[in-house]
Amino acid sequence: MKDRNLLAEFRYELKPVDKGYNRRTLYVNVGSNQIESKPVSQQMIDKFVGGKGFDLWLMWHGVKDNTKWNDPENEICIGFGPLCGNTSYPGSGKSIVTTISPLTGIPVDCNVGGHFGPYAKFSGWDAIEIQGKANEEVIVFIDGDKGSVKILTAPDEDTNSHVLAEELIKEFADSPDAHQFVSVVSSGRGAEHVPISCLNFSFWDKRRQVARLKQAGRGGTGMVFRDKNIKALVVKYSGLKGDTNNPEDLETLQKTGLKLHREIEAGDSSQCHMREVGTAHLVEIMNDYDLLPIKNFKYGQDEASKGISSWEFKKLFTQNMPDGCWYGCSLSCCKAVDGFIPRTGPYKGQPVVVDGPEYETVGGCGSNLCIWDAKDVTELNFYCDTYGIDTISFGTSCAFAMECFEYGIINQEITGGIDLSWGNADGVFELIHQMARGEGFGMVVGQGVRKMKEIFAREYGGDPALLQDMGMEAKGLEYSQYMSKESLAQQGGYTLALKGPQHDEAWLIFMDMVNNHIPTFEDKAEALHYFPMFRTWFGLQGLCKLPWNDIEPANNAETDEPAKVPEHVANYVDIYTAITGKPLDKHELIRQSERVYNFQKVFCMRMGKGRRIDDVPPYRAVGPVTEEEYLSRQERYDGLLQSKQGIDPAGKSTAEKMALLRAYREDQYQQLIDAVYKRKGWTPEGVPTLEHLQNIGMDLPEVLEVVKRFL
Amino acid sequence: MKKFLQTYPENCIACHACESSCSSTYFKVDDPQLSRIRISEAGGAIQMNTCNQCGICVQACPTQALSINAQGVVMLNARLCIGCYMCVAACPTGSMFISQGQTVPFKCVACGICTQSCPADAIRIVEKEN
Repeated sequence: MKDRNLLAEFRYELKPVDKGYNRRTLYVNVGSNQIESKPVSQQMIDKFVGGKGFDLWLMWHGVKDNTKWNDPENEICIGFGPLCGNTSYPGSGKSIVTTISPLTGIPVDCNVGGHFGPYAKFSGWDAIEIQGKANEEVIVFIDGDKGSVKILTAPDEDTNSHVLAEELIKEFADSPDAHQFVSVVSSGRGAEHVPISCLNFSFWDKRRQVARLKQAGRGGTGMVFRDKNIKALVVKYSGLKGDTNNPEDLETLQKTGLKLHREIEAGDSSQCHMREVGTAHLVEIMNDYDLLPIKNFKYGQDEASKGISSWEFKKLFTQNMPDGCWYGCSLSCCKAVDGFIPRTGPYKGQPVVVDGPEYETVGGCGSNLCIWDAKDVTELNFYCDTYGIDTISFGTSCAFAMECFEYGIINQEITGGIDLSWGNADGVFELIHQMARGEGFGMVVGQGVRKMKEIFAREYGGDPALLQDMGMEAKGLEYSQYMSKESLAQQGGYTLALKGPQHDEAWLIFMDMVNNHIPTFEDKAEALHYFPMFRTWFGLQGLCKLPWNDIEPANNAETDEPAKVPEHVANYVDIYTAITGKPLDKHELIRQSERVYNFQKVFCMRMGKGRRIDDVPPYRAVGPVTEEEYLSRQERYDGLLQSKQGIDPAGKSTAEKMALLRAYREDQYQQLIDAVYKRKGWTPEGVPTLEHLQNIGMDLPEVLEVVKRFL
Repeated sequence: MKKFLQTYPENCIACHACESSCSSTYFKVDDPQLSRIRISEAGGAIQMNTCNQCGICVQACPTQALSINAQGVVMLNARLCIGCYMCVAACPTGSMFISQGQTVPFKCVACGICTQSCPADAIRIVEKEN
């Protein structure tokens, strides 16, 4: 190990996990060098379950009503959940990160793979709570083999993740054949300068002999991490076995996991091809359905997207590798490009291994910018990851800047000479390298869409109304990479998402737009209740969403509710009980989520957002902002005027038709919100009612105290 | 080279002696559920199931607990196994076995002990060039 100064050390007793829980959390204050163990109360387990629930509970008590992202008391919490770390059921290695976001000012939550979560859990902790600001660069090292936590100085290392993670794994591993027992959380130089940042969670890839990186992507977690002067979190745990999570009923867990393994073996090659191309299989599907974001979400389809379709990435991804981000995930979606040679930036010409690109990265760094070269998208993916920049916010922010460039709101004089014409990958590369260097126009784009709207209106005379309409952010967070314009339900799915417009609460476009399975406001409201609650559950348990519906049982279409994948819901109920020993059914599953979801909602309100006035989409997410956008789908929109509004479009100008459509769609959105709030047990202003909080068992005094301020 | 246990179902008399000798050798109990060769009489026809050392499981293993030795036999290093059973699902012949209470699966390693117990010449150790 390198010669590092030891700033603090805490020793703890190693104990086996008991039915998925350690019943203690780790508190580390890197400012005061205080390290302690906190007990997990029965109330925490009953009300908050684990994972994101524990994170939010800890963070609620760590921050004040007026805490900003860069205040020392802001916390980074990383929770693991009772199901996290089991090696039997695919997708069971997730960590959930929360912090007060520099982009939104409210709690953000990210669900991330890699080995850190399971190893930290098996080291003895149900969650890690980090507070304070270090006076110098530090590493927090959890030694799960010896039972110690250390704060160590880290003055010298490169900050960028692909270098740092590998260096630290090699440094902290006991021997060269033990690299797989170490995992690192890190960010990168970009996160030191721009809020559209992320954290990287590593796993050692034994076959490739490199540190692979998975991202806690959304909401600026990387910037909080670097602002605290934390260079890395390191965990070492060498004792993993098939029963380390100590389940109540190992046989049922194994049997259920094996059933899904076999389903994946039989079905993946004819369903989603996750093992071959990961989520990149969605690119051509989204393009076919006019849903692939192009030119800042203006259009949904382009012939040129063939250049970034999954078959192009399949040529780059190494095939037939067990590419799971945690052991036992046979869905194996985290593909890698081996021996990739960047053509720009500080690592130009040096072979690197790139994780992904996943669909969101292809949409954000490819189609939305009209970059149609798979290798350029791969290179942007590499630099985003190693610099600690979120590919989604980066893509949406660049797309916004490029559209502003197209309209002349900004120009090359303003950008410092960077040509931000659509498709100019070189210009986008320059932006990302500037973000890492902390200079130039990259620093403006890196502030995210909300800040750019303010700057472009204030400094460059941009029309605030147009900037608002085309700036794809809500609550301060950039939209992820799906077109919601033609799906009212998805407009709600995005805009009502507590942390900001991310698709991980609800993805309803096919149910709504394509299959018309949820035609009424009440149907949509039910979907916007059920799916966000169901998906929240993954974050409570330490699970991944993908094995839920990116593989389906062969007979799923014949079930009553195929969109819910009932057999897989039953699997989750079964493995929860098998691990924890506690009874559960599909209704109580939703109720577990509902408690935490409403707690997070109230937490957002406490921090100054979280009400109806914050659930406002930019019009680009709802309908056509520009005439060319309307004209690109004129047949559809003219038809809707006729069929939905009873208006004959003949003889009307495009501007008139756009105004009529806009009035209709904005009214529809408001009616949707009314229906959803009612279904969720909230007032028309979006405030949970006291009765609802009592009904779901989230009527804790501190919660009611906040809610009463808004009733 | 590939060394494996070749089965001849047409010779098998379903006496299950191979299962007894296998489980007794490796698990110290006479239990067909712990044998690395399985004899089935379901459906009337005798079926023999054991590993043909094809190596597909090696590719599926996330921890490299499975590897092919110099004789072409797929070996499982229990120290590295984390009990995920991805190999069990990946095995095209269903010859990676599990048993209640075990976290580590088990398979035929072509040791040949069972062949000594077979009265019908239904199993032989064979070596073939790849």
